[in-house]
Amino acid sequence: MKIPVLRIYTVGYLLFLYCPIVILPIFAFNNSTAVAFPLQGFTTEWFSNVFHDAVLGHALKNSLLVAASTAVLATVLGTLAARANTRYQFKAAGPLMALIMLPMVLPEIIMAMALLVVLLSVGIPLSLFTIVLGHVLVCTPFAVAILTSAFQSLDKSLEEAAYDLGEGPVSTFRLIILPLVMPGIISAMLICFTISLDEFIVANFLGSGEPLLSTFIYGQLRFPKNVPNIMALGTLLVGVSITLLALAEFFRRRGLARTGAKDSGGFL
Amino acid sequence: MTSGKPTMIEFQDVHKYYGDYHALRGISATIKAGEFFSLLGPSGCGKTTLLRTIAGFEGISSGVVLIDGKDVAGVPPNKRPTNMVFQSYAIFPHLSVAQNVGFGLRKDPRSVADKARAVDEALAMVGLSGYGARAAHALSGGQRQRVALARALILKPKVLLLDEPLSALDKKLRENMQVELIKLQRQVGITFILVTHDQEEALVMSDRIAVMFEGQIAQLDSPERLYRLPKTRAVANFIGTMNFLSAQILSEAGGQVEVEAQGLGRLQLDAEKQVTGTPSTNGATIGFRPETATLLFDGQQASDRETMATVEEVVYYGDMTYYDVLLDGTTAPVRLSMRNVFGRPVLDIGTRTRVGWSPGALVLFR
Repeated sequence: MKIPVLRIYTVGYLLFLYCPIVILPIFAFNNSTAVAFPLQGFTTEWFSNVFHDAVLGHALKNSLLVAASTAVLATVLGTLAARANTRYQFKAAGPLMALIMLPMVLPEIIMAMALLVVLLSVGIPLSLFTIVLGHVLVCTPFAVAILTSAFQSLDKSLEEAAYDLGEGPVSTFRLIILPLVMPGIISAMLICFTISLDEFIVANFLGSGEPLLSTFIYGQLRFPKNVPNIMALGTLLVGVSITLLALAEFFRRRGLARTGAKDSGGFL
Repeated sequence: MTSGKPTMIEFQDVHKYYGDYHALRGISATIKAGEFFSLLGPSGCGKTTLLRTIAGFEGISSGVVLIDGKDVAGVPPNKRPTNMVFQSYAIFPHLSVAQNVGFGLRKDPRSVADKARAVDEALAMVGLSGYGARAAHALSGGQRQRVALARALILKPKVLLLDEPLSALDKKLRENMQVELIKLQRQVGITFILVTHDQEEALVMSDRIAVMFEGQIAQLDSPERLYRLPKTRAVANFIGTMNFLSAQILSEAGGQVEVEAQGLGRLQLDAEKQVTGTPSTNGATIGFRPETATLLFDGQQASDRETMATVEEVVYYGDMTYYDVLLDGTTAPVRLSMRNVFGRPVLDIGTRTRVGWSPGALVLFR
C-alpha cells in the first residue's frame, strides 16, 4: 500500500499550526482556573470578567487609538511610496523600495531597541505616540506591498484618458485613481490595524507604562488565576483579527474585480 | 482629394530619444484638416510614440509639433484640442457608461440637462442608445470601443487620435468597425489619426498613410499610390506582397527606361509612372504584385507578354489559389494569385504552364 506522505505531512502541519489557537476558545469557556484537561464545565464568567475589567478597558482604548493612528499613517505613507514606485521610473527606485520594505524582515526587537535609543537620545518622551511611530515603521512595508499591487493592476491609460479628457493631475487622482485603488487602501488599513493591535515588542519597548492590549496580556499571564480571562480575551482578539483580515481580503479582491486585473495572490 | 484643405498637424524634423534609443528620427509631415490619416508600421517603428507626441503624453527631444498652427511644446494633454481612443479603451471601470461618456464635460458650463442630452446624442452616434445606465465593466469589447469613441467625440476635438483601436476585436467585428469608423469620420468631419500595424486596415480606412520604419517615415502617400508605386522594397513588402526579380538598367532617355530583367527579358518602362526609389549600389530590381500576372490556361492568350514557368507550390484559399511559380530563366519563385473561376482546375505542383504579364504593371526599384 502507498503511504500518503504528503497528505500526512499536510494534516500534521496544520494541526501543529492551529491546535494552540483552537485550545484558546476551549479553555475560554472552561469552568476552571487551571488551564488543563479534563474540562470542568461550561461558563461565560471569563468573558464577563473581560468586559468588566477597567484596566483592560483602558488598555483596549489605548490599543484601538494606537492601531487606528498606525493604520492611517502607515497607509498614507504606503500610498505615496507605492504610487511613486509604480508611476515614476527613477534610478533610486529599487534601493529605495528595498529600504522601505526592509523592516518587514528586520528583527523587531533590534528595531525596537534602536528606536528606543534614538528617541531617548533625541529627548522625545515615551508615550502612545512613540508606539505609533514604531508601529508605523513595522506596518508601512505591508501597506506598500498591498498598495503596490493595487496600483500595478491599474491600467496606466486610465490615467492618461482622464488627462486627455481635460482633467489635471490632482482631479485625475481624485476622480479616477483614488476610487480604483480604494479597495487596496481599505485592505491596507485593515491589515495595518490588525498588525498594530496585537504587536508586543515595540509596544513593550517604546511604551511609557500606559497599558496596551498586548502588554496587558503579557502582564496578566504572571497571575495564574487571571489566565482564563486572558484565554477569553485571546479568543475575542482572534475573532476580531480573522474578521478584519477577511474584510481586507474581500476589499482587495473587489479592487481586482473592479479594474479587471488578474489575481496575483494576496494574504488570504 | 485633401490637397485643398488647411493643415491641421505639422511635424517639423521631430526627434525623440529614450536615453540612447532614437525612437523618432526626423519626422516631417503635414496632416490636413478632415483627413483620415494612418500611421502604419511594424511594432517598434515609432508610430505610437508619434501619436502620443500629438496627444501630449510624450515630449519630443527636438523639432516642432504644430496643431492647428500652434506650437504645442509644453502644452499638457488636458489643454490640447485632441482626444484619444486608447488601445485598451481605458474605460473607467467604476463609472457607468453615461458617466464615462460625459467625463470630459465636467468643466463644461452647460446645464446638467444639456450635458445629459449631449451624452445621449454621443451614445446614439455610436449606436449605443439606451446603454447609459449600464456599468462600464459589463460591456463587450466592441461596446467598450464605442463608448471610448463617444467619450472622445463628445468634446468635439479638432483631432481624434486612435491607437490601434481595433486590434482587440475579432476579425468580423473589426471589419464592421472599420466601415463604421469611416462613416463616423465623414459624418463628424474631424481629423482622424489612426495608428495600426495592419496594412489592410490602413488601406481600407485612410485618405493617406504614412508608412514608418525605425523611427522614420518611409513613404507618405494615398493608399493606391502606396500599393502601386512603393518607394522602397521594404514598403512594398509591408503593404501586400510583391515579387522581385533582379534587373539591369540599360539606358534612360525621353521619359523611358530600358531594362533587362531576369526571366522577363528586355523592357521599356515609363520613368514617371513605373520607376521608384533612390539609386543604390545593390543594383536595380523589378517588382510586381501577385495579381498583376496570370496563369494562362489551355487556349488562353496573353494580353501582352508571356513566359514559361513551373508550378512549385499551390496554396488553396477557397475563392483564390496562390501559386508559387519559377519563371524560366530565374532562380527564385514568384507568387501569383488566381481567382478560382468556376470550371478552372487547380494545377498540381510540377506542372509546366504559361504566365501572362504586362510590362505596364511592373515597378522598377532603382
